Amino acid sequence: MARTLFDKVWDRHLVCAGPAGSSLLYIDLHLVHEVTSPQAFAGLREAGRKMRRPDLTFATLDHNIPTLGNRMVLEDDLARTQVEALRQNCREFDIPLFDLDSAEQGIVHVIGPELGLTQPGMTIVCGDSHTSTHGAFGALAFGIGTSEVEHVLATQCLVQKKPKSMLVRFSGMPGPGVTAKDLILSVIAQMGTDGAAGHVIEYAGEAIRGLSMEARMTICNMSIEAGARAGMIAPDQTTFDYLEGRRFAPRGEHWNTAEKDWRTLQSDPGAQFDSTVEVNAGHVAPFVTWGTSPGMAVPITGEVPDPNHGASDSERNSIVRALEYMNLRPHTLIQEIAVDRVFIGSCTNARLEDIRSAARVIKGYRVSNSVQAMIVPGSQQVKRAAEQEELHRIFTEAGFEWRESGCSMCLGMNPDRLQPGERCASTSNRNFEGRQGAGGRTHLVSPAMAAAAAVAGHFVDVRNWQYKD
Amino acid sequence: MQSFRAHSGVVAVLRRDNVDTDQIIPKQFLKRIERSGYGDVLFFDWRYHRDGQPDPAFPLNAPQYRGASILIAGKNFGCGSSREHAVWALRDYGFRAILAPSFADIFANNCLKNGLLTVGFHQAELERLLARDAAGVHTLKVDLEKCRISGEDGFEAQFEVDEFTRTCLLKGLDEIGLTLNHEAAIAQYERRQIRRE
Repeated sequence: MARTLFDKVWDRHLVCAGPAGSSLLYIDLHLVHEVTSPQAFAGLREAGRKMRRPDLTFATLDHNIPTLGNRMVLEDDLARTQVEALRQNCREFDIPLFDLDSAEQGIVHVIGPELGLTQPGMTIVCGDSHTSTHGAFGALAFGIGTSEVEHVLATQCLVQKKPKSMLVRFSGMPGPGVTAKDLILSVIAQMGTDGAAGHVIEYAGEAIRGLSMEARMTICNMSIEAGARAGMIAPDQTTFDYLEGRRFAPRGEHWNTAEKDWRTLQSDPGAQFDSTVEVNAGHVAPFVTWGTSPGMAVPITGEVPDPNHGASDSERNSIVRALEYMNLRPHTLIQEIAVDRVFIGSCTNARLEDIRSAARVIKGYRVSNSVQAMIVPGSQQVKRAAEQEELHRIFTEAGFEWRESGCSMCLGMNPDRLQPGERCASTSNRNFEGRQGAGGRTHLVSPAMAAAAAVAGHFVDVRNWQYKD
Repeated sequence: MQSFRAHSGVVAVLRRDNVDTDQIIPKQFLKRIERSGYGDVLFFDWRYHRDGQPDPAFPLNAPQYRGASILIAGKNFGCGSSREHAVWALRDYGFRAILAPSFADIFANNCLKNGLLTVGFHQAELERLLARDAAGVHTLKVDLEKCRISGEDGFEAQFEVDEFTRTCLLKGLDEIGLTLNHEAAIAQYERRQIRRE
């Protein structure tokens, strides 16, 4: 029977049947960070259980750490306790840790692919919802809670019910200035933040084939914002070219065997999906969110919606609440919205290509006097690579702060936070109330759009940008 | 895991769609390394004014919902971050069951691991419950064995819950213990993987 990519990866990892129609699924790679793991290790210890596969487990510090100064000295007592707990757990259970002084430290979803840990056909989990990022390689990758982290630590398996499958097929090619971020924001705006609940999405079509691995990661990263369990893209030559030679990628004869196998990881012709969504990439404009949920997004040429146009009472209420929180009036043109802060970073958009894209916009310009702008590379490797290309000079000369790698103001667990009432153009993934700081107002955009907003002081259509390169 | 068979209690109503886990428990409370002690900060930014005083306009602060242990919520409840702290906070506050049109996947999984029952109801059925709330009736019994909710006022409705969730909750299964019983199958899977490589 014709099978989807998702079916193939799922079937390969079935260990046996679990209780009441569930399956026991083997996990190939478990990524761990400081915020969602301490209670899992404590649970393991309390139950007197051993860790099954420390060799398939890797840890990094990313969520609560500062992006400035001497990072080995944490001033926040609670953050330090959590960081020390992870260090202690990694020592006790013999787990490799990319610590704050490591040349390979970074956001968990940036370093997994960059180190070649993430490979096609794998099952990958992490106590973080944006684990869906790794699906860009044709892996089945999904976020789990702390109880499931403990389950994987103890058994290297998870009890799962098989999700449904959804095909998101892009026809056409995105125009200049339209990025992967815009494609995925347009998908979420179309289907809503629960549009893919209970499903694993496979992204396919001409536009996807044309994307780099970094852009594909941006797409899969935000699958969770459409409610999906995971997002996947079939591996191809672009995938293999990205992976070959990376630190943990197979080498020599092992590489050849692996690549041959990976080429089979595609949905068979005629494979059935539980649902299908069509998107014309050629019609997608740069997107900006106006509200407090990632689905509340419109093209840069659009305006803030009118609650009266909501389809139901609950939708009208949601719009009213969101506009009140965001301090926006219906029918305001998006391009008239002024920003106080710009944040370029996060597991969605802090890879080298994102930084290059923002740098190209910034080059020859200065950040507006009314804007405070910062750029936080996704990893130390990304930071070094950007510095080798002298990109950091473009940013610092324009008035951006150039920081150390971490999750930073995507979720504001560290000191990088919005003040109440501040409005931010952000390349991150969530515009929830208070996400970047209590009372802060977040607009999600692509790196190029964020850079353009930093210069102009308000949102502008980057498709009309006068580049000075 | 704590089992769930039946529970009676006060029902609070939070009529908002897409409530994300950042609202259920904001980031500043994720730095602790324990599983308990989150009840006081549940819905922190909505529940309290900036000066720390309870906001009387927030439903959980309403007198009729004092001591609530059942929550009626909007669709896609628990979306966003995978933080299990959200479930720990709901449990610590005293919630045992949530009724909503739909739940986010990771959140629902986390609830299951902590003995917090999530029940999906069609909007039309929820409207009956909301009408009851508006009429001043605030108690309910949720019976997982019979898959039924009922009230002393004669209210009754059946619900569906998947067999996996029901079995796990009724028996209060220790999932890790169960999986460890499959040691032979896991070891065999691992040997097969090594041969393939």
